[in-house]
Amino acid sequence: MAYLSDEKISFGIVIVGGGPAGMAAAVAAYDAGERDILILERDNALGGILRQCIHNGFGLHRFGEELTGPEYAYKYERMVEERGIAYMLDTMVIGIDKERNLTAVNRDRGIFTIKCGAIILAMGCRERPRGALNIAGTRPAGIYTAGTAQKYVNMKGYMPGREVVILGSGDIGLIMARRMTLEGASVKAVCELMPYSGGLARNIEQCLNDFDIPLYLSTTVVEIHGKERVEAVTVAEVDERRRPKLETARTIPCDTLLLSCGLIPENELTKDAGIPLDAITNGAVVNGDRETDVEGIFACGNVLHVHDLVDYVSEEAVIAGTSAVRYIRGESGRDADIALKTDGRVRYTVPQRITSLKDTVVYFRVADVYKDAYLVVKRGEEVLYKRKKQKLAPGEMETVKLTEEMLKGDGGELRLSIEMA
Amino acid sequence: MKERILTCIICPRGCTLRVTLDEAGVPTSVEGNACPRGKTYAETECTAPMRTVTSTVRCTDGSVIPVKTDRAIPKRLVFDCMKEINLLRVSPECAVGDILIEHILGTDASLVVTGKKP
Ligand SMILES: Cc1cc2nc3c(=O)[nH]c(=O)nc-3n(C[C@H](O)[C@H](O)[C@H](O)COP(=O)(O)OP(=O)(O)OC[C@H]3O[C@@H](n4cnc5c(N)ncnc54)[C@H](O)[C@@H]3O)c2cc1C
Ligand code: SF4
Repeated sequence: MAYLSDEKISFGIVIVGGGPAGMAAAVAAYDAGERDILILERDNALGGILRQCIHNGFGLHRFGEELTGPEYAYKYERMVEERGIAYMLDTMVIGIDKERNLTAVNRDRGIFTIKCGAIILAMGCRERPRGALNIAGTRPAGIYTAGTAQKYVNMKGYMPGREVVILGSGDIGLIMARRMTLEGASVKAVCELMPYSGGLARNIEQCLNDFDIPLYLSTTVVEIHGKERVEAVTVAEVDERRRPKLETARTIPCDTLLLSCGLIPENELTKDAGIPLDAITNGAVVNGDRETDVEGIFACGNVLHVHDLVDYVSEEAVIAGTSAVRYIRGESGRDADIALKTDGRVRYTVPQRITSLKDTVVYFRVADVYKDAYLVVKRGEEVLYKRKKQKLAPGEMETVKLTEEMLKGDGGELRLSIEMA
Repeated sequence: MKERILTCIICPRGCTLRVTLDEAGVPTSVEGNACPRGKTYAETECTAPMRTVTSTVRCTDGSVIPVKTDRAIPKRLVFDCMKEINLLRVSPECAVGDILIEHILGTDASLVVTGKKP
């Protein structure tokens, strides 16, 4: 790693977070010609959440081979090292402002401020805590988010329990069902409130079906039992409006309840800086360059919106990294301001607006499961793009490419929608 | 003739595969795969299913490091493989890519280190 003088208080590009997004953004900025780059990471190593995702399935898009989370992170760590990009570990960023002054704290320097040419936010996301879930009953030990359990098992080598019920069928919950089974635990059930799973079909197959772990859809945990430690949970089916049907309630003995109820981008810094957030993604509103509404501040990865595949995180980070370089060189070139709107079926898009007339890949998620539907891009009544999709599901992020041709038009807003056949 | 519906686990797309099997249970046709790897998957899955194992190994200092089998092993050996893994004690200095066990359980897979000690 490059030598960092204590006196250096300004950098061209400063990246907050050394996970896959932060590392890929740094590497892309370097490869675009910028040398004055600094990554700030609060943990004791680069790699982010991938360090605890020891299962495989990463990197097929990006590297054409199947890697585990730590291997994927290691590849990027090597790229950072090979380029001599500077980073500081055990360093927590505690504030940024609109003039791109950044405040951080670590043991060696105490609290210090850095003047940044551009800032890239790459703080990732965290799991929805259980307080938000309103389950009746006691609050004994033995309740963890799936990610916390993942950290215990995979990084500390400690099993949080032996008889497990999982609430929520997000990928982390599914992966943990398999992981704990392999380590000798008995996973009694995975309960999902919605009528469909939040995780990838492949994970249902290889993490649940392989081990005959039942998945109960439209089912939730209505009560937790136990004084000191979880002793059982009561589960019940829910109606169309997601209210428990108490006549279906039954009790499952267990000593551990894992919650896998979704992720939220970690945006305290962003909010404090007064950067506008999107109410649906919980991440910043950005343009095609992944630049927020505050000039020179970019965002990428899970801090912007929750990705299901780290490969897409890296892809987005490349956009943010190269755009930041163009920004500090004064080459951003804004020649448009086109809003991207959605119907109710498309829940959100990233970016939310387009400020430059060039091919732009738009990521989006749908609100429900749609079969044999059309993905349509319109300006007013004019159809610019229409494509049939066999299946669209909320658990899977989709993309559509808006070409320069489509963007040009009369500059009016574009609408992305799902139309049924 | 029998039919089996599978979910391909080779990539995140997770195609639904419709496999036709003959009397002996050998696949005769596969539909629904978006790429050729899906066909291969369906064929092995119906005859001799294979899985890659990922886990952690205990180090002599009590910490754990992540490991994987560098290729898939027969699915029926997965729990035996876990037993082998849990018997190991390795140095915390292991590097990414180090081979810990060659030909694990007589397969052509090796157990390799995938990450550094946390
Ligand atoms: C528990 C869990 C399991 C997951 N499992 C998978 C999976 O199996 N497969 C998959 O593809 N995706 C998985 N994901 C999604 C995964 O997070 C992304 O694929 C990818 O890791 C996101 O990269 P990132 O760099 O955006 O975020 P992260 O990997 O979360 O990295 C963010 C980094 O920023 C640092 N940071 C945050 N705030 C600050 C601050 N104020 N100052 C300094 N540093 C800061 C953090 O310490 C962290 O290192 C999982 C997510 C979670 C939470
Ligand atoms: S068939 Fe091909 S595209 Fe479909 S899930 Fe399998 S590997 Fe992926």
